[in-house]
Amino acid sequence: MAKKRVVSTTINGKAVELLCEPRQTLLEVLRDNLDLTGTKEGCSNGNCGACTVLMNGRPVVSCLVLAMEAEGATLETIEGVAKGGDLDPIQQAFLENAALQCGICTPGFIMSTKALLAENPNPTEQEARFYLAGNLCRCTGYDKIIRAVLDSAQRRLSTQAAAQGGNHSS
Amino acid sequence: MRDFDYSAPTSVAEAVRLLNQNPGAGRPMSGGTDLIDQIRLGRHQPDLVVDIKRIPELNILELSSRGLRLGSAVPCCRIYGDPGISADYAALVDSARIIGGIQIQSRASVGGNLCNSGPAADSIPSLIALGARAVIAGPSGMREVPVEEFCTGPGKNILQRGEVLVELRFPPRAPHSGSHYRRFIPRNEMDIAVVSVGAVVELEANGDKIRSARIALGAVGPTPLYAREASQILVGKTPGPEAFDLAAKAAQAITTPIDDMRGTKEFRRHVAGVLVHRALEECVQRARKLA
Repeated sequence: MAKKRVVSTTINGKAVELLCEPRQTLLEVLRDNLDLTGTKEGCSNGNCGACTVLMNGRPVVSCLVLAMEAEGATLETIEGVAKGGDLDPIQQAFLENAALQCGICTPGFIMSTKALLAENPNPTEQEARFYLAGNLCRCTGYDKIIRAVLDSAQRRLSTQAAAQGGNHSS
Repeated sequence: MRDFDYSAPTSVAEAVRLLNQNPGAGRPMSGGTDLIDQIRLGRHQPDLVVDIKRIPELNILELSSRGLRLGSAVPCCRIYGDPGISADYAALVDSARIIGGIQIQSRASVGGNLCNSGPAADSIPSLIALGARAVIAGPSGMREVPVEEFCTGPGKNILQRGEVLVELRFPPRAPHSGSHYRRFIPRNEMDIAVVSVGAVVELEANGDKIRSARIALGAVGPTPLYAREASQILVGKTPGPEAFDLAAKAAQAITTPIDDMRGTKEFRRHVAGVLVHRALEECVQRARKLA
């Protein structure tokens, strides 16, 4: 067996050292070595997007990344999205718009939405649908998910506007 | 997944050395979006994966008066993120935007798409149309090959054991020229081309005649094809439906499509003609807009 190696990476803001085999995918290491089981395994061939995480700010499917490649990288997983006990506006919008049934695809959708809104804070419905084409849901159809995505964009924008308004008045 | 070792060299020489130390058992990887899945499926059985993404020359993305240099490990998202490239190499950008979904575009490289040599690969018709050349490093030095000579069959190409694709070099965009890539798929995104066409049209300065053209086809043969005759037929013609029909017919004539779940031979041949027509129209519009 190929020798295990140490990989130094940052996951959800914490420096992490991992001992892993070259053949292990990032998805396997997150779930099996680190117990970060919020990232889901769907198809394991890059089609479904359930295992989406952010690697250096970009959405990637962790089933098609070798853990070795995470050396020096900054990773964000679903476990890092809520801050303390507070859900992120994206999570809140998914909850309130009932944008999930079985929930397997949801962490992937939330990570892709996070990347979308970082790039394009106020997407049109079409832009959102195209951006999220690499995330599949087999329960709900996509209407509620897209509604939640557009709603989370509005929540983020109004939170930011309120914060800026607050700064002006202070 | 199969057991293998992993190495991430930081120079081309080191990558070539590693691949030669492990004859036949080493495999270069850029974005890994094809390779990791293929290892899982047993289609490739490497003992060593050589990750080429940490090699600086392979990450070059340089637009200058001499043309475009695209390192073989540059992911799709960097290509369409560059405004200069979007204007001058529009067909390449059209391709980079539709290879897989957004997660794949974060990782997958055009170099990898070429080396994977799929008959329906979305970037290859654009590379051929844009006149790209593949720069290859190997144990006996460097060599350069036009992209239309790179693929030799489904999943097969001219790379010898121990060779690595370093970069793709594109000539500068000619004045009054425009390019476009489009494909037919039964849904709106995230699908494999049933038929695809990449094209470049260069107009005379006054815009009323075609000075040169290059048309390439995907998914209608064992490799992406350069449609030489269809391209040459357009020279000196007035851009419009008559000329485009001639080119479409000549392009259809070189297709050797297969029947599969995504389309029949007849359908593919028909759609190839339609797409050549539409691609040429868009090229001319873009050429006029850019001047």
